[in-house]
Amino acid sequence: MAKYFFKRILIAVPVLIGVAFITFMMLNVVPGDPITVMMREHVKPDVIENLRKTMHLDDPAIIRFLRFLGDALRGNFGISYKLSRPVTDLIVQAFPVTIKLASTAAIISWIIGIPIGIISAIRQSTIIDQMFMGFALFGVSMPVFLIGLLGQYTFSYKLGWLPVSGFESWKQLVMPALVLGWNSAGTIARLTRSNLLEAMKNDYIRTARAKGLKETGVVVGHALKNSLLPVITIMAIQIASLLSGSVITESIFGIPGIGRLSVDAIQGRDMPLLQGSVVFATALIIFGNICADMLYSLVDPRIRVE
Amino acid sequence: MSECTETVTEIEEYDIESEIAENDNIFYKIKNMIRTNKVAAISGLLIIFIIIVAIFAPVFAPHDPYAIDLLSRLKGPSAEHLLGTDELGRDVLSRIIYGSRVSLFVGLVPTLLSMIIGTVLGLISGYFGGKIDFVIMRLADVVLAFPSLLLAMVIMYTLGASTFNLFIALTIINWAGTARVVRSQAMSLKEKEFIEAAKSIGVKDSVIMFKHLLPNCLPSLIVLFTTNIPGAILSEANLSFLGVGAQPPEASWGLMVNNGKKFLFTNPIVALAPGIAILIIVLTFNFLGDGLRDAIDPYMKE
Repeated sequence: MAKYFFKRILIAVPVLIGVAFITFMMLNVVPGDPITVMMREHVKPDVIENLRKTMHLDDPAIIRFLRFLGDALRGNFGISYKLSRPVTDLIVQAFPVTIKLASTAAIISWIIGIPIGIISAIRQSTIIDQMFMGFALFGVSMPVFLIGLLGQYTFSYKLGWLPVSGFESWKQLVMPALVLGWNSAGTIARLTRSNLLEAMKNDYIRTARAKGLKETGVVVGHALKNSLLPVITIMAIQIASLLSGSVITESIFGIPGIGRLSVDAIQGRDMPLLQGSVVFATALIIFGNICADMLYSLVDPRIRVE
Repeated sequence: MSECTETVTEIEEYDIESEIAENDNIFYKIKNMIRTNKVAAISGLLIIFIIIVAIFAPVFAPHDPYAIDLLSRLKGPSAEHLLGTDELGRDVLSRIIYGSRVSLFVGLVPTLLSMIIGTVLGLISGYFGGKIDFVIMRLADVVLAFPSLLLAMVIMYTLGASTFNLFIALTIINWAGTARVVRSQAMSLKEKEFIEAAKSIGVKDSVIMFKHLLPNCLPSLIVLFTTNIPGAILSEANLSFLGVGAQPPEASWGLMVNNGKKFLFTNPIVALAPGIAILIIVLTFNFLGDGLRDAIDPYMKE
């Protein structure tokens, strides 16, 4: 077990370095001089010269990258251009908000998606299956911002049930979490269905039927248990899509999370902030994937052997 | 007598083989799908309709999509403007019609480009293996590790927001998935006898890859192509909605929603109509992609 865990981390480290490298190179080296971004015009040459020295801008790109990597490992992502605060502080502040939003959304997506997937699989090729799967595809196809705006229009403006934006009370959590969860629910439903159908093809299902078990017993007692295993993997995939989705959701509902931070960074051309939030979010996903793999191998020991 | 039975068995064998060949034929499978899967067939028709509308946008659009008329700002639907006007008095319906060009272009071109790159890299990776495989696949790992929207945002930050740069960003993001699929297929195919035979008579590697391996990957590629399109369209919509994609005054649906959201409570149609247009185009491509997958390559996982 420890060996497996060690191996997974060993694979993840170069990927994470690669992610940091690509992000750094694109944001630091390609677009030219950050001084011009920071100062625009009317700056004395000696000020620029000084700044170049303190920011080590004349070092080779690879040296600058290694310095960035070393700083990042010590938890230092530099200072935000616009907010003049350490990027790490901003991320630490925004992180719990995004986690709260994303985890609530994830739970909502399971509550909606898994039962729909199970019912569709049991009633395969019936009108119920087709309706549910059409519904799921509808959820997958809907842009997050459209669900968000429809929600704001209906529940905030027309019905007045929920606040339009903000993130202080639980009432303000309901709509963004539903919006983000609804988007994920379609994927969960489709994957649960196909996993369950796959599990129903196994020999032990035929045996269970042959010994006279009722269909519900076959599904709940035998198929479901095995088909929900890959759902753990799905949850890992979900982390990435929830993070992408939270970028849009947070910017619609004015939620001060990681997604909002990166949108603000891009609009204010705040390079260190964008760099920090992207590298942090990706590290989070890689870490989430490792956790999911761990959990999976804990539940299903066959994985460890492969 | 014996001669006669021989001919009969020959004919029978011939028939079976031609039937197998026909069942394997991709056009036959698509034809079969159109016959049996009504939803996919209707979606296909709708897509053709959208393509026609996009090509002949000037014919279908009742107004100039860029004509500003400040005197009739944010007017509700009327006979003159079926979906009303936006904050600059531009006709929303005409802008939606022109916007289909952006969505289709972004759906088709970067997807095609990324698939060509992904296919070539996947074939090289799977066929040669070894170091080059290792390098390409680790690169793919890194690209796939990013949340796609954030990677796209980083690329757009670097290149600057414009429709052309969107193409580049979406191409960079999407090649890795295709490369993985093609690689795994190439790896299993290269063990087959016909590849070994080709190798043994000295056929060049490049010919084996593109003449023998590629055609066998084609069914998966067609499915992958249709299932990748809606993702690309949604990415464009998301990026334009965030203001880092298409730039004003371009008639892009995501950008129109972004501009219209300020007037959501007073004039919801300005924001919601282009949003629903995105939903429709993505939904039709998804239905078609699902149908094609079931018909052509049912074992492909999401």
